[in-house]
Amino acid sequence: MQVDDTPTQERLQARFDRMVADEVRIEPRDWMPEGYRRTLIRQIAQHAHSEIIGMQPEGNWITRAPSLRRKAILMAKVQDEAGHGLYLYSAAETLGVDREELLDLLHSGKQKYSSIFNYPTLTWADMGAIGWLVDGAAIMNQVPLCRCSYGPYGRAMVRICKEESFHQRQGFEILHTLSHGTPAQKAMAQDAVDRFWWPSLMMFGPPDSASTHSERSMAWGIKRFSNDELRQRFVDMTVPQAEALGLTLPDPDLRWDEESGHYAFGEIDWSELDRVIRGDGPCNAQRIERRRTAHEEGAWVRESAAAYARKHAATSSAAGETAA
Amino acid sequence: MSTPAAAPREAPTPTTPPLVAYLLGLGDDALILAQRLGEWITRAPQIEEDIALGNIALDLLGQARVLLTRAGEVEGAGRDEDALAYLRDEREFRNVCLVEIPNGDFAVTMARQLVFSAYQYELWTALRHSGEPVLADLAAKALKEVAYHRDHATQWVLRLGDGTDEGHRRMQAGLDRVWPYVDELFTPDDAAAQLPGEAADPAALRARWTAYVEDVIARATLTVPTPTWHSRGGRAGLHTEHLGHLLPQMQHLHRAHPGARW
Repeated sequence: MQVDDTPTQERLQARFDRMVADEVRIEPRDWMPEGYRRTLIRQIAQHAHSEIIGMQPEGNWITRAPSLRRKAILMAKVQDEAGHGLYLYSAAETLGVDREELLDLLHSGKQKYSSIFNYPTLTWADMGAIGWLVDGAAIMNQVPLCRCSYGPYGRAMVRICKEESFHQRQGFEILHTLSHGTPAQKAMAQDAVDRFWWPSLMMFGPPDSASTHSERSMAWGIKRFSNDELRQRFVDMTVPQAEALGLTLPDPDLRWDEESGHYAFGEIDWSELDRVIRGDGPCNAQRIERRRTAHEEGAWVRESAAAYARKHAATSSAAGETAA
Repeated sequence: MSTPAAAPREAPTPTTPPLVAYLLGLGDDALILAQRLGEWITRAPQIEEDIALGNIALDLLGQARVLLTRAGEVEGAGRDEDALAYLRDEREFRNVCLVEIPNGDFAVTMARQLVFSAYQYELWTALRHSGEPVLADLAAKALKEVAYHRDHATQWVLRLGDGTDEGHRRMQAGLDRVWPYVDELFTPDDAAAQLPGEAADPAALRARWTAYVEDVIARATLTVPTPTWHSRGGRAGLHTEHLGHLLPQMQHLHRAHPGARW
């Protein structure tokens, strides 16, 4: 009888590698390398935090939306984002952390969220620019995640991407209405696009030459395309849409490059992304403070609900015993 | 004979037809409360409540849009939902004062929501048989929504009232804060009185409302407040000072671009 004396760890690793190579989904109960688990927790949590913090720049206009129809759409959109945050926290929980823990890491600044949400929404047109550019960039990043090797994350992304594509269309529609409206409305739309264009390109992360986690994530089937590939696809998709809107993109170097079959674009100011990630963006402090305040001011509500649930559970189990 | 102080003077549009006035009253209630609930989004005690409050606000906004659109059609002066929501001043709004009071803490908001949702539950139940087709159709749909709003508020009043000491204290304070605005919901209203086949008589809704709400309060180990003063006059355009702060925020962008499409 042949005894397999390969150390267990190695056999598990080999099985995991085979599953990833064969594109078989890894599920919560499967063995996975610690680094894979940690990478996923970090990425899914950051994604969930981005949905939750991302509610703020748009929530900023709910009470001021210029028509009742727009108010209803915006409210529904912000609600979708809260829902995305919840799916994603649940996906992270399958990896052995809990939401409360992740929220503490967000509130203490130990985990990040997308830097794009550290920019202020100064006019109504920013609701259009966020939908069109920010959600557009998010979709570009997220569609490949539907095929992520980790099952719960991939499945959450399928649902999220469907809603995001609706969000992007509504953003485009806001800008289309504005750019075909009064001169003041068109100027408002152009200003919003001017402010959100470069930060949107930064959403794909640092250039491939400087991306620290990319290679390993690719090997693990978490990431499918490099930051620069996705950024290029986004530019290629967006430039014709800007033309359809009758708006310009604030990049004098932007041009069609016949040879590569892509749009060439100007140098991104990476020092700005570094600065905003470090906390020196216009709204970093404000966003976290709002989140923390909501959480702290709600503590008594959550505590009372928990006390009620305990009391109620005690009562119903006592009643159950009596009945038995 | 004493004239009740509850008969304030009409708003500066004395010729408003009763059906228009009635539709505007119900529509403004829903619109202004949706606006208040919208203020909670990103500030709720947990993410589930950001979603729930947003959902209730959306339902109310949907009701408001149907009611204001219909009010504009019946009026026949070419005003659509946005003209009515964005281009009227305080004195032309006909909502009850309850819906315009500030959110306060979560307990105040839930007290206001229990009062209002339980009221709307009775209102839409009665209006299912309205002779005004738009009201009858809306009632059938809105009743399902409001049953959920009422249950949501009920669950929270129970959890807060019968949870921790702090929850109990705050929930009682929340009820105390909103109770002065209760009577106004059930005060006979000129417009409704002139529309026996179309409108619901506010006073007739009170008994069932009281039975429901008092049962919740008792189960939550709380006490029904006995306020020393009562709001009045919202249906006649006499509001609290709070509405004059809510409306400019809601209306300023629309008003800054006259005639623009959004």
